[in-house]
Amino acid sequence: MTATTPLWEVFIRPRNGLAHKHVGSLHASDEVMALQAARDVYTRRGEGNSIWVVPSAAITASDPDQTAENFEPTADKIYRHPTFYEIPDEVGHM
Amino acid sequence: MAVFEALLELADDHLILGHRLSEWCGHAPMLEEDLAMPNMGLDLIGTARTLYDQAGKLEGKGRSEDDLAYLRGEREYRNCLLVERPNEDFAHTMLRQLYFAAFMRPYWLAALTSTDEVVRGVAGKAEKEMAYHIRHAGEWVIRLGDGTAESAARMRDAVEGLHIYVDELFESSDAAQEAEAAGILPVRADMRAAWDRTVADVFAEALLEQPSAAYAQRGGRQGIHNETLGHLLAEMQVVHRAYPGARW
Amino acid sequence: MYSQGLIGADNRTEETPEFLARFQKRIDAEEKIEPKDEMPEGYRRTLVRQIGQHAHSEIVGMLPEGNWITRAPSLRRKAALLAKVQDEGGHGLYLYSAAETLGVSREEMTEELLSGKAKYSSIFNYPTLSWADMGTIGWLVDGAAIMNQIPLCRCSFGPYARAMIRVCKEESFHQRQGYEIVMTLAQGTPEQKAMAQDSLNRWWWPSLMMFGPHDADSQHSDQSMAWKIKRFTNDELRQKFIDATVPQAEYLGLTIPDPDLKWNEDKGGYDHGPIDWDEFWRVVKGHGPMAKDRIKARKKAWDDGAWVREAALAHAEKRRARKIAAE
Repeated sequence: MTATTPLWEVFIRPRNGLAHKHVGSLHASDEVMALQAARDVYTRRGEGNSIWVVPSAAITASDPDQTAENFEPTADKIYRHPTFYEIPDEVGHM
Repeated sequence: MAVFEALLELADDHLILGHRLSEWCGHAPMLEEDLAMPNMGLDLIGTARTLYDQAGKLEGKGRSEDDLAYLRGEREYRNCLLVERPNEDFAHTMLRQLYFAAFMRPYWLAALTSTDEVVRGVAGKAEKEMAYHIRHAGEWVIRLGDGTAESAARMRDAVEGLHIYVDELFESSDAAQEAEAAGILPVRADMRAAWDRTVADVFAEALLEQPSAAYAQRGGRQGIHNETLGHLLAEMQVVHRAYPGARW
Repeated sequence: MYSQGLIGADNRTEETPEFLARFQKRIDAEEKIEPKDEMPEGYRRTLVRQIGQHAHSEIVGMLPEGNWITRAPSLRRKAALLAKVQDEGGHGLYLYSAAETLGVSREEMTEELLSGKAKYSSIFNYPTLSWADMGTIGWLVDGAAIMNQIPLCRCSFGPYARAMIRVCKEESFHQRQGYEIVMTLAQGTPEQKAMAQDSLNRWWWPSLMMFGPHDADSQHSDQSMAWKIKRFTNDELRQKFIDATVPQAEYLGLTIPDPDLKWNEDKGGYDHGPIDWDEFWRVVKGHGPMAKDRIKARKKAWDDGAWVREAALAHAEKRRARKIAAE
């Protein structure tokens, strides 16, 4: 079995003022090479000005089996949203 | 005419090294390098094109970038010997890249104050590219030098093999000296200290040693090349030369 | 680029009818499926296989065009071709990443490619014999691939769809650079024009074959359509390609090598002559003229690169150890 080169997730900030966004992944032996590979693979057309790389193994993800219990309970909390409240038009934008 | 020739030397260096890197495309040790090496190759070919274009204009005989790249034979090519060295293996390729970029980075930085506007323009773009080439090739030299027993042996082989082509980088032909005296191009010998520092920093981490002075090979600037360049040019120029006058 | 009709997918799946119905409901509602979501085993297997084949096609696809980078007849063409072949490597990388989200590693997929177990697009088992082939491949092969790929941007599997959006965006220049090469040749010297025609003659039929067998002979199409892994049938895509390409050839003054090709007013598209399916299956089964050479080249790159990858891992290990020792 061939030794496997670790997988990294790549996040790029398109420009200042925006958040880093996940763009894909790649393989690299360490963080320095991962950053360089991210630059060479994911920014060939001026896609950004800042890169984050994170070992894929370091990501803790929510469990899809818990999707319902995690996210459905918020659905009926409509009072968290501005449209829940009635404000007369005369008051103007609020 | 001297400036024309001096620009040609620079352009030839960039084209030949870019061509060598392009030979790797599709055959790299890992997919990520199949993207990294063309990036470097495209930087170099891009610089070569601007320099050929400018050289052609200075010559004033209507020669285009392609005329200069495709219709000169090996005795007319003026690149240094380092850049025409075959790829051999990834260790040789990365070391050759480090050596070249470690020279060109300070060279282009110095050229930012050239008296020639085109040279200043090229320098502004190329010094950044070379900084990245140093980083990328340098990090690989470190990993291969301080990796496995095999990679370290291959890296030492590369150091041994390429050592004799380093000095030529710092030598200026008569044409280059004229361009240097006119403030158009930087003095090549002035890059030595910066080159030594860059390479020494990488070698320290890579657990590599510079071999003691060897008899340096030179001749590229006079069109006296190794045997490999003729084959490279034969391949590069075959289509263009087979259909004289055709547009592509 | 370069997906071909999926060859040999195994759609069998053994989940309960309730589970399958629930899954199908999500698909029908145009919900995207993400890697850790529950999915039928057949869906997962089909995707691993299809994305893998697609990725391999990109990687093997670097070779026929890579064959001409060092001989490109102008510096402008050289730079463009190098950038294009590099893009294909990138697309392979994005696609391997998409497949890896399903739990199969790039190393495993590579080993399947090198052992001959995994397929890739047969078009790359034809040789590139002239500079004109760089134009024709961009024009026809990328053109055919785009027909396949645009619908894949809406594929039901999220990571695949996202990878394809990126691929399609980057690829927009590929077909144009190919067509421009052919156009320059077609408008050039008589020898150049002959070179372009010869190239079209050799690549036309293999390009049509890229869409895969006729719908009637395509066993796994229905399930893939239902799961929205695939959104148009092979024949639909092939027809779209022909209808788009014929006028482009006419503009160039080149002749498509099909005497039966003619406009059919009723269907609003072109009819074409019979495709040589014997040749298609021969090439799919690994008897294409360049099949052995392609795998040999990939194997050489992989084997020759092993010491580099091992060195990088060994160095990373040393760095980790040093860091711990310093703490």
